[in-house]
Amino acid sequence: MSEKVWIAGGGVISGIGLNLQACLQAFRHMQPGMTAMQHLSSVHRNTFPVAEVKADNATLADMARMPENISRTALLSMIAAREAWQSTGLGDVSNYRVGFVSGNTVGGMDKTEDFFAEFLADPRKGRLQQVLHHECGSITELVADAMGIRHHVSTISTACSSAANALMYGSRLIRNNIVDVVIAGGTDALTRFTLNGFNTLMILDQQACRPFDDTRTGLNLGEGAGYVVLVSDSLAAQLQPWCRLSGFANANDAYHQTASSPEGTGNYLAMKGALDMSGLQPAQIAYINLHGTGTQNNDVSEGIAINRLFAPHFPPMSSTKSFTGHTLGASGGIEAVFSALSVKEGIIYPNARFEHQMKELPFAPATAYTEGNELLHVMSNSFGFGGNCSSLVFSKA
Amino acid sequence: MADLKAQIIEQLNLQEVAPESIGNDQSLFSKEGLGLDSIDALELIVLLQQHYNLRIANPEQGPQIFQSVRTMATYITANQTVQA
Amino acid sequence: MNIYINGTGCISPQETAQGGPLLATLREYDQVRLTNVDPDYKQWVDVKQIRRMSRVVKMGVGAANLSLEEAGITQPDAIITGTAYGCLDDTGVFLSKMVNQQEEMLTPTAFIQSTHNTVAGQIALLLGCNGYNNTFVHRGFSFENSLLDAIMILKEGSAKHILAGGLDEITNHSHQLLTRFGIYKKTPVKTMELLNSPTRGTIAGEGASFFLLSPEISPGTVATLTGLSTLYKPLWEGEVIGHIMKFLEDNNCTPADIDLIVTGRNGDIDQDEIYEEVAAALFPDHAEACFKHLCGEYPTAAAFGMWMANAVIAEQQVPEAAVFYGKAPEKIKKVLLYNHHQGTHHSLILLSAC
Repeated sequence: MSEKVWIAGGGVISGIGLNLQACLQAFRHMQPGMTAMQHLSSVHRNTFPVAEVKADNATLADMARMPENISRTALLSMIAAREAWQSTGLGDVSNYRVGFVSGNTVGGMDKTEDFFAEFLADPRKGRLQQVLHHECGSITELVADAMGIRHHVSTISTACSSAANALMYGSRLIRNNIVDVVIAGGTDALTRFTLNGFNTLMILDQQACRPFDDTRTGLNLGEGAGYVVLVSDSLAAQLQPWCRLSGFANANDAYHQTASSPEGTGNYLAMKGALDMSGLQPAQIAYINLHGTGTQNNDVSEGIAINRLFAPHFPPMSSTKSFTGHTLGASGGIEAVFSALSVKEGIIYPNARFEHQMKELPFAPATAYTEGNELLHVMSNSFGFGGNCSSLVFSKA
Repeated sequence: MADLKAQIIEQLNLQEVAPESIGNDQSLFSKEGLGLDSIDALELIVLLQQHYNLRIANPEQGPQIFQSVRTMATYITANQTVQA
Repeated sequence: MNIYINGTGCISPQETAQGGPLLATLREYDQVRLTNVDPDYKQWVDVKQIRRMSRVVKMGVGAANLSLEEAGITQPDAIITGTAYGCLDDTGVFLSKMVNQQEEMLTPTAFIQSTHNTVAGQIALLLGCNGYNNTFVHRGFSFENSLLDAIMILKEGSAKHILAGGLDEITNHSHQLLTRFGIYKKTPVKTMELLNSPTRGTIAGEGASFFLLSPEISPGTVATLTGLSTLYKPLWEGEVIGHIMKFLEDNNCTPADIDLIVTGRNGDIDQDEIYEEVAAALFPDHAEACFKHLCGEYPTAAAFGMWMANAVIAEQQVPEAAVFYGKAPEKIKKVLLYNHHQGTHHSLILLSAC
């Protein structure tokens, strides 16, 4: 039960790169991924910048070795999950008891929303193929089946914390000896459904977003997928793991369906719970990958919770969403990979476009990319609708 | 203002609230008033757009405009274009 | 560690929310789409809050409250839900408006209520529960995953009382689509004739069933959740049978120790074949009870099955309407629930009388 769980590798596809190395290059060269929409078709094309994955579905299908007509969400998932697996050197999937735990928020909605125009006009119309993979779980199964994973397949959907919760559940599956390896993370493609949904909340920035900046006015949506490979203690002994998933916690803000409480109660409880599980004091955290969406509400609540927990010793922190945009169900997975790599390579990621100190907070985000730092413990935050707050801690050993 | 009250009730799905029970100056957002929240404010912004062709780009203007039915009506009268 | 089922709550097309003996008043249907018998939700949610809630949210909040009341718990330590489809109604509303209004003049309510974790979030909000909150959305394993998560957390010791449940709703859109996929019968079929109908297809159902799970027994508790297992896309029937044998072994029992099997027969001759084969191979003389003719088929219907199995243990008899084959022994101590969804998602849940 007390067995340790390790991170044996990771993979990312996002608006700043088609693989993890390309993403790192973008951070090094301060190249955020927000542009006008190229692939998503929306009337808001010229209003809201997004961090799209810079490839059309045909290219992604080629990379994924999957059919082009399936949901972009599955294609992104496959590419990142395979990269994650290959980075571990574990070899043939069939040699292990493997689980695939993936988060996403709207399943195959990119296809469903195309289908709906015809369907609404006449319920007998529309190609059924387009809604075949509407369910969130169906996206996960497309990838699990393509990778030959059968021991455990599951999907989590808790809005923007989905993928972080996938890591927690995956870790428990290993500790309970249900499987030996879990590919855990999340995926989400841009859809008109989510773009318009966030627009109704009036929290989309028409410029590139400015997380933790006093002048921030909202978030930019992004898309992508990110997965880590969790392995048991005994399997880790045969590999060179990146780091250990030493602590995690989920808590509920129980304040409002979408907004965070002003004191960041859920945020605080999640961070505190993750620290407690890892047996660490706040001062031992060497870097925080913030949830940092760039909305007025999130950043102040998250910041106040960090202040309460960490004052007076604030570690370097940054929101990588200033590069990737908010990738929703994928964000916790993408940022888990960044955070795990942060421990391995000593990387502190920059927070782009930070200029104005938030008046509510006594600290500011890191603005430069550095590597080779000694980072023993790194925290990653993911908070979502429904008050769902998750925090993960990655440790060197 | 009676029309506006009916529109508010419909938009916000305020079950069991009669239009005449909402006072012209009754607070819409305070607990003693109708007890609406931030989501309702966003719904009211769309209501103004749908029924009165008025666009509020900055949600921070909301609290001022949506104090009561009367402040909403005043805002509508002051900002409505001739054709509407 | 024993995991006790200290409270249950169920809202379904049967009169399950009212209390009283199991299926005392059977609701018989002659249709392919069953709808919940709704209790008065205002007993749990005030008017101000209920106005934004779609049916699935209301049934989830209602069933959650019923299970908390039965367990005598006001504040669980964790809330975990399983729902394959999530909040379909709000999804459909937002999607339709988005298409019909060309992405203009949309309102936020349907969007924020469309997220899959709305029900778990609303329960937490209503209870003021800051504890662990998770939602599984994996087709025919959604409910089973929520139970597994609860079991693992209870074993860890980080929570004492966990509210776990499974729920799904039918909407006009979803029913039209699933009908086009050929899942349902072409003509209406009577409730008590479904399981012996000689054709393909089943009937659509919906519902919410919640359980308050704890390592500590409370007064009135009748059963423990002894075992849980899932099997994804078995290659052939032999794999299912082998999996069940291994499951029983892992739980230190043999087919002879099982007093009653509860199966997920849904009246589709193709899909029910595996239940025949399992019964023939492992439980040829066992009494068998069924539930999908009562609640309809949906991805989290096993939650209704588990609710019914718990009630059977409580009453120590199988109501006439649930009997499929044979007669259960005088004492019903171990009940094995075997369900599959679409032939791809197989699950086993073992309950033991305590």
